[in-house]
Amino acid sequence: MFKQLPDDNAELVTVIIEERPVKVPRNFSVAAAVLANWTGPSRTTPVSGAPRGPYCMMGVCFDCLMEIDGVPNQQACMVIVAEGMAICRQEGARGVEI
Amino acid sequence: MSACDAIVVGGGIVGGSIAFGLAHAGLKVVVFDEGDEAVRASRANFGLIAVQMKGAGNSAYHRWTRESADLWADFSAGLEEHTGIDVSFGREGCAYACLSEQEWALKIQQLEQIRAEAGNLGFDYQLLDPAEMSDLVPGIGPKVLAGAYTTYDGHCSPLYLLRSLHRAALGLGGRYVSRARVNHIKAAPNHFTVNAGGETVTAPKLVLSAGLGSTVLAPQLGLDIPLRPQRGQLLVTERVRPMMSLHMGRIRQTAEGGFMLGTSNEDAGYDVGTTTGALGAVARRAVDTLPFLTRLRIVRAWAGLRIMSPDDYPIYDQSSQFPGAFAVTCHSGVTLAAVHAHKVARHIIAGQIPAELACFSSRRFNVQAAA
Repeated sequence: MFKQLPDDNAELVTVIIEERPVKVPRNFSVAAAVLANWTGPSRTTPVSGAPRGPYCMMGVCFDCLMEIDGVPNQQACMVIVAEGMAICRQEGARGVEI
Repeated sequence: MSACDAIVVGGGIVGGSIAFGLAHAGLKVVVFDEGDEAVRASRANFGLIAVQMKGAGNSAYHRWTRESADLWADFSAGLEEHTGIDVSFGREGCAYACLSEQEWALKIQQLEQIRAEAGNLGFDYQLLDPAEMSDLVPGIGPKVLAGAYTTYDGHCSPLYLLRSLHRAALGLGGRYVSRARVNHIKAAPNHFTVNAGGETVTAPKLVLSAGLGSTVLAPQLGLDIPLRPQRGQLLVTERVRPMMSLHMGRIRQTAEGGFMLGTSNEDAGYDVGTTTGALGAVARRAVDTLPFLTRLRIVRAWAGLRIMSPDDYPIYDQSSQFPGAFAVTCHSGVTLAAVHAHKVARHIIAGQIPAELACFSSRRFNVQAAA
């Protein structure tokens, strides 16, 4: 879907997107990693269940919410990838344990 | 120049409720409203139909509040019928949490006073120990000493309410003139002219429901509407699966899932900014009440200005100098929306504020103190 600009010196890390390991440049945001390895919506909305993906890429629109390392509703465009990071779709509204 | 049956100055929840009521009764209504820069309590609102904490020391206000809460189901159903908008009204009651002995003593005193003053209307409440509170509201924290539960209370989405009021009035043949700040009203008995937003409109009736702006406009109608702003700061969390259908007075979960947390009471003039001190206190109280809230992220903080009369109660008045000119103002526009649409609008059409609402005239502020 998206193509990366060439960067031969990019240091790569491996992140796990929906249980699939992929290599992305170390300076990528999670949203960029997801767009570069796009397989479908990165979340569904809490009220209507509409499918969504990253949009503004600057922390404003909240359409890139994902579960990152077990923490739900993270703004994927505001989080930089790290080695071994687990990235999952955000399905509707999160729950919270009492 | 165009003519209509009634001009409403102010298009917030109060003006919108009146306009809906008037239009529903068949009047041709024109609403003049400011633009997005307006100081607008309706857009900052917490969304409570609040009964439990209303009217200790003023049984007329308690009765009026109860009457509105009882009408709310019909009111919101009517709005949905006209607009297709569900304002997420629910009436599961209020479970208020007390965090100190002092708060608890005050709460019991207030509830008992409301009951004593309610007379034959009655007022039922339950005092709950922490275990009973936990049964009612899962997740209650160890700092909650006790609670009080009433079934009269409810809540809704104030933003959908505002939108549906506008749409309903429009659908019933009303007009809404936006970016039309009213500075001058030409008044004669049963004949009013407003020129704003490039439009000139005349009508035999005019309703002043301009929130804090009413104070400045009232003298042009021979009315005295003394109001002051009181700031309230609020927080809302990220959206969570629905888990709380009642409200807790200072905490409610919206239909979309966010937990709204309130609120401060400050004199800050017209400053609608937020402060970390006040928001910190709001957040502290919320997590002391429901500790699981610490695991949720705050996504937005904002402030609004309550519209307070000198004794905090509503003002309903008709001008004696210019009959046909009415003022409607209060700080509980959501709670009272149902009586404003169903009852006050009819009083305005009839041309008279009835005796049971005479205690809400602003003349009460001008009683000479006896020596």
